[in-house]
Amino acid sequence: MPKKLIVDGNEIEVEDGITLLQACEMAGAEIPRFCYHERLSIAGNCRMCLIEVEGAPKPVASCAQTVNDLRPNRDGSPNVIHTKSPTVKKAREGVMEFLLINHPLDCPICDQGGECDLQDQAMAYGIGGSRYHENKRAVEDKYIGPLIKTIMTRCIHCTRCVRYMTEIAGVEELGLAGRGEDAEITTYLENGILSEMSANVIDLCPVGALTHRPWAHHARPWELKKTESIDVMDAVGSNIRVDTRGAEVMRILPRNNDAVNEEWISDKTRHVCDGLKTQRLDQPYLRKDGRLVPVSWDEALGAVAENLANASGDKIGAIAGDLAGAEEMFALKELMASLGVNNIDCRAPNEALDPSNGRSSYLFNSTIEGIDRADAILLIGTNPRLEAPVLNARIRKRWRAGGLSVGLIGEAADLTYAHEYIGAGPDALASVASGRHMFAGILRQAKAPMIIVGSALYARPGASALLAQAAKIAQAAGSGIEPGHAVFNVLHTAAARVAGLDLGFVPTSGGLDTSAMISAAGSNNLDVVYLLGADEIDMSALGNAFVIYQGTHGDAGAHRADVILPGAAYTEKSAIYANTEGRVQMTQKAIFPPGQAKEDWTVIRALSQRLGKTLPFDSLQQLRAKLFQATPNLQRIDDIGPHGDDCLGQLANLPGSAGDQPFVNRITDFYLTNPISRASAIMAELSALKAQKQATGQLRAAE
Amino acid sequence: MLADQDRIFKNVYGFQDWGLTGAKARGAWDNTKSFIDQGHDWIIEQVKASGLRGRGGAGFPTGLKWSFMPKDDPRPSYLVINADESEPGSCKDREITRHDPHLLVEGALLASFAMRAHTCYVYFRGEFIRERERFQAAVQQAYDAKLIGKNNVHGWDFDLYVHHGAGAYICGEETALLESLEGKKGQPRLKPPFPAGCGLYGAPTTVNNVESIAVVPDILRRGATWFAGLGKPNNTGTKLFQISGHVENPCVVEEEMGIPMRELIEKHAGGVRGGWDNLKAVIPGGSSVPCIPASECDDLTMDFDTLSKAKSGLGTAALIVMDQSTDIVKAISRISYFYKHESCGQCTPCREGTGWMWRVMERLVKGEADKSEIDMLWDVTKQVEGHTICALGDAAAWPIQGLIRHFRPELEARIDAYKAAHIEAAE
Repeated sequence: MPKKLIVDGNEIEVEDGITLLQACEMAGAEIPRFCYHERLSIAGNCRMCLIEVEGAPKPVASCAQTVNDLRPNRDGSPNVIHTKSPTVKKAREGVMEFLLINHPLDCPICDQGGECDLQDQAMAYGIGGSRYHENKRAVEDKYIGPLIKTIMTRCIHCTRCVRYMTEIAGVEELGLAGRGEDAEITTYLENGILSEMSANVIDLCPVGALTHRPWAHHARPWELKKTESIDVMDAVGSNIRVDTRGAEVMRILPRNNDAVNEEWISDKTRHVCDGLKTQRLDQPYLRKDGRLVPVSWDEALGAVAENLANASGDKIGAIAGDLAGAEEMFALKELMASLGVNNIDCRAPNEALDPSNGRSSYLFNSTIEGIDRADAILLIGTNPRLEAPVLNARIRKRWRAGGLSVGLIGEAADLTYAHEYIGAGPDALASVASGRHMFAGILRQAKAPMIIVGSALYARPGASALLAQAAKIAQAAGSGIEPGHAVFNVLHTAAARVAGLDLGFVPTSGGLDTSAMISAAGSNNLDVVYLLGADEIDMSALGNAFVIYQGTHGDAGAHRADVILPGAAYTEKSAIYANTEGRVQMTQKAIFPPGQAKEDWTVIRALSQRLGKTLPFDSLQQLRAKLFQATPNLQRIDDIGPHGDDCLGQLANLPGSAGDQPFVNRITDFYLTNPISRASAIMAELSALKAQKQATGQLRAAE
Repeated sequence: MLADQDRIFKNVYGFQDWGLTGAKARGAWDNTKSFIDQGHDWIIEQVKASGLRGRGGAGFPTGLKWSFMPKDDPRPSYLVINADESEPGSCKDREITRHDPHLLVEGALLASFAMRAHTCYVYFRGEFIRERERFQAAVQQAYDAKLIGKNNVHGWDFDLYVHHGAGAYICGEETALLESLEGKKGQPRLKPPFPAGCGLYGAPTTVNNVESIAVVPDILRRGATWFAGLGKPNNTGTKLFQISGHVENPCVVEEEMGIPMRELIEKHAGGVRGGWDNLKAVIPGGSSVPCIPASECDDLTMDFDTLSKAKSGLGTAALIVMDQSTDIVKAISRISYFYKHESCGQCTPCREGTGWMWRVMERLVKGEADKSEIDMLWDVTKQVEGHTICALGDAAAWPIQGLIRHFRPELEARIDAYKAAHIEAAE
């Protein structure tokens, strides 16, 4: 029932159950706060949000009281709230003074300076000076891992970090130990926190107690150029802000997008940016006498063109990697088509996803937001905690709300929420598909069930049969569900994949797929292999083929390459990506590619001219016009496009036999999944720390 | 003076048998079934009519509190009895639990029945080890005699669990107590929701003081009018007073509410050391209430309303008597240290304010301060009071407010003396 309130003289009508803080904000009043955060439980401990409610004996913590808690006035008139009265002003000044008495005034050397809630609110709501002349409290700093630098004297005990780690990340490592003045935030044993999402506490910390360790004392926030972009470390497509200074990416922060990542990003997304500076390919190379030597663009493109021109179309193959943007894949596809090449693929070896089964056969059809409505989730061949940590946190959020059953088929793992472990391989899948396992009953009764299949299911020999079985489970679960809810979901691990499948970067008219290309190259049936940032394949299996590697980092592909064409990383180009649910998003160019490296589509465009097959676009706009013509859904930024469960019939009839090998997850080391992260010193440190913890039994192997 | 036949706690000094036989001889467990037969609401009405106000310090009407409990809720209801008696000066619950434990067990049954609760928890202060053992023994006697437990003689299934705290003062705050009882860190919860709506394990809960519950059987046995006839209007019944400090004979004594303070001290505690004129100040309700100077003590009666009019409070009725030899500033400073030490650290004003107040108090003890700091200290206490999650902030602020209100000249004299002794020699 809507309720009327009078806030600072303005009468407003608010909905049931919202907090007074939210109601005041709806009325246009600004309420300062430290401990309150929309996505965390309410602590009510900072006391900064005190307001005056007429009739209440004391100031009220507005974050912790709902409008329903207000005692109705005797005459039935609306409750009157003051947020600017002398009482409120005095209360805020008092709390501010208390917060500052033991807070070191070291703003000039504090990394939070310029984006500090305490600083800002002290300016707005504090008094000019302090009346505290005793000694300040000093707190020892804690070691909580390589990502988070602690200066605990600055802590104001808002416990946002504790609540985040416990509630969102699902790792009960932080806590408030001790009491009174001596209360401290600590990890109890000063253990490094190893959650894939731990660094978000840095954004949550309203003061400089928790700051980015790798970024410590590198720059001030106001020196940075901020570019809104998209992350490519996994297929969630988290919204990020890239902060740069000059030609350097200084840091990466999350942007809010409730439909995708809310306001969290994984540690890899955030701290991979040092990998953008090391191991970079900043000029073309050509292999001469067995050694890669730097050459000019002219010479490199000449060598590529010569080899492509000399090979017949069926002896050429092109593989697009996990980080490629839609534009360069489209350009390469067009170029290959003009050369009569059918052997193109954007998928990992043995990946059974195929656009010919319909778009929804390879999408996360329930959508990420749809997780919030799910009441049963069956995970097959995936560990979302490692493959898509932000999405996993979303499942945890849903689980915490209660009434969600989760089943897991595949490698056992600690997913941060309780789940029913059904089994390791196809036999477990079959037991659910046949209805023998009790989880089949849970799925049948669920109003919004979700089947999430991961790469351990769809990327293995004979995966079609497994996809068919998963589709049958989805069909069975899909009867009697809420209208508009889709059941079948594919969780990708590569940012490039969905756009690649959308624009049809798959073998055309009988061409070879990735695994066939690799084995053909190994048996000398392919003369030229064009790797567009593809590093996740077995390079030693490519035989004597002439390998062209276009990419950003000196990783596996570059080591095998005969020609290296240096490209641009995701922070250095504007490129279109579609995330695992098919949501089309665009990165923005934050800095220029290093050295002589070029944006990838321009390389392919220049190459086409050398081959005398000039592609019909001279600018990114012209390229996109052609791309959108061929694949219209990529035009609609932030739109998911067609999705649903309409492909299930087709999928369920896929032939094949899968064998009974257990599912093996594709990602074994969360921190080292792509060339950028493998070049990052911080990711290497985290990976080593985790390996050490697993070796000493502090973490289970699957965590 | 309270007549002997009007006493509820007949074994407060432990001279008689604390066990079931002794308790029964003193009237406990007599006719209990008949009260239960008259129904839940009858008991609540009787307690309401008796005018009983909570004995834990705040003085909230007990019957009214019970009536907040939902009548038909699918969740179980709980009664939680607060035996975490940690307020400096208070020592009444200790006497009840070790010398008259059956009054509490019987009261727990009746109160639980009134609130439709089948389960009651008694939360003992960590330091009360012997008391807990004694009470546990009494509970066992009641179980063995089928007075409580499943299928007991009273026809109301009732389980009583004794829980032993770990010795934190803050766990005497009702919601912190519930947190602690649930196995969490003892930090007060935000209110609302109040325990009656969402308390222990999220279920309707009433938290009552030991004394509030222990007097219920006698109220029902002798009638609400008997209880209401004792004491003063709105401050009815008898009360255990605890007198400590500079008196000849510190003691715990049951008396009528509203007894004059002077009578209480002189009759029961043997008077102030060195005579009534040697009195300097009294803290009338445990360390958290403001002190009252001797000049105001002559005609003061010991009840909730009179003492709050005197800008103090009855609290737990634990009188701390201080004679002229007392360094009152140091005494209050020590109390400040106690609250600084016991603050849970959850909310800002209390966490930061208690330490600040104590540090200023320490300097005021020596006079090492500026006179303007007295006003500043007053202001700080006002910044803490009423701005915190629980009442510990208020409890830390009030003693200092009482000191400044009544003993400002002493503070200023001390500052002057310190200044005079530390005048730097002119060059």
